[in-house]
Amino acid sequence: MIVIGGSSGALDALAAMLPALPPDYPLPLAVVLHVPPTQPSHLVAVLGARSRLTAREPDDKEPIMPGTLYVAPPNYHLLVERGRTFALSIDPPVLFSRPAIDVLFESAADVYGPHLAGVLLSGANEDGARGLEHVRRAGGLTFVESPATAAVPVMPAAALRRIAVDHVAPAADLGRLLAQLAATPRPEDKA
Amino acid sequence: MTALSDADDAALTALLEGVYHRYHYDFRGYAEASLRRRIAAALGHLRCPSLDDLRARVLAEPRCFGELLRFLTVQVSDLFRDPSYYRSIRECVVPYLRTYPSLKVWVAGCATGEEAYSLAIVFAEEGLLERTLIYATDIHPESLRTAEAGVYDLDRFARFSESYRLAGGHGSLSDFYTASSSSAILDRRLKQAILFSDHSLATDVAFAEVELVSCRNVLIYFDRPLQNRALGVLRDSVRRKGFLGLGAKETLRFSSHAEAFGELVPEDRIYQRR
Repeated sequence: MIVIGGSSGALDALAAMLPALPPDYPLPLAVVLHVPPTQPSHLVAVLGARSRLTAREPDDKEPIMPGTLYVAPPNYHLLVERGRTFALSIDPPVLFSRPAIDVLFESAADVYGPHLAGVLLSGANEDGARGLEHVRRAGGLTFVESPATAAVPVMPAAALRRIAVDHVAPAADLGRLLAQLAATPRPEDKA
Repeated sequence: MTALSDADDAALTALLEGVYHRYHYDFRGYAEASLRRRIAAALGHLRCPSLDDLRARVLAEPRCFGELLRFLTVQVSDLFRDPSYYRSIRECVVPYLRTYPSLKVWVAGCATGEEAYSLAIVFAEEGLLERTLIYATDIHPESLRTAEAGVYDLDRFARFSESYRLAGGHGSLSDFYTASSSSAILDRRLKQAILFSDHSLATDVAFAEVELVSCRNVLIYFDRPLQNRALGVLRDSVRRKGFLGLGAKETLRFSSHAEAFGELVPEDRIYQRR
């Protein structure tokens, strides 16, 4: 599975990254972007239009399916459960954010362990750094948008201060790396 | 907050079993990912080095259990959270409800009361409140006391007013509260229509037959078996052709009770009992 997080500037980063992924991409993706807590959100329409994947907001208990770009709904935390389903919560914001990147990344790392890749994009706060550390500690791969090219470097820089990540690259290159990741599965990879 | 490791599974089970047998609060069917985050937060707050240590303290000290309970249960909602839900209640459910001489509504898992008051305001504006009794239930005694008081921080009301307007409110939200320097107290006529009481969807059975059940963002905290149990209780509480409203991301689709209901307003998760 691939989990992606970002805040200010991350929509453009996703628009640069997602076209690299084919419609039959064999991994599920889940993305948390910090958005205002108002329903309905236009993220699904926007991201669906900028990628060849099917984008949707998951319902509670929805099974996680490959080739789908799941978008965290506004005003909920998105979590991954052990049975490889999604869960949602209205627990308090983490670092002023709900959905919070840390919550998705940590719960996904608990379930997917080494079969997970975490991607942190442009953003103006430090949500996600802790989550990415958790991904790494659980054996997953870590990707960070290069602070030099990110629209807002605070979020990527916070992650780089915290851990040694596997790949630091501009958004478009991250997309190509994710495409290759699925094309060359690691041994026993069931992500 | 650190997440719990897999190695903590047995200790977590022991904690929840202990709590159930000692205090009769049943968290054994709670959805794991959120539960683990909440327990991890409680460990930090209570300065417990391990789950075993937390269990020992909680079982020995009722006050410590009270602290844990707050971490495990407290939800903060808003007046008119998800305005389109209340708009749909007003536009699609109220017309049916008007045909009944008296009405009962159950807000299951009411937390600190915001949702029960939101419904009461809609019913008041639609001229139904005089013939309506709203049961609002929760498992957390402190939340129920807060709900009953109906006093909220005034600084939340700018957002509430905007949601009220988006929900199709006829007047001004300020028609329904009295503000003081830092807080707002909701009107007596709203409170008089609501009966707050203790009820657990995990361990209790249906307690009334009602025309509308509103249970929002409660089921997301339950695992699938417990969701099915809770939905069975809700189903048994809704009269035939009555209504069930869930949270914006909750669905009957993955439950064993999907057949008992038809979809009335799918986008706002409002169902009608067959």
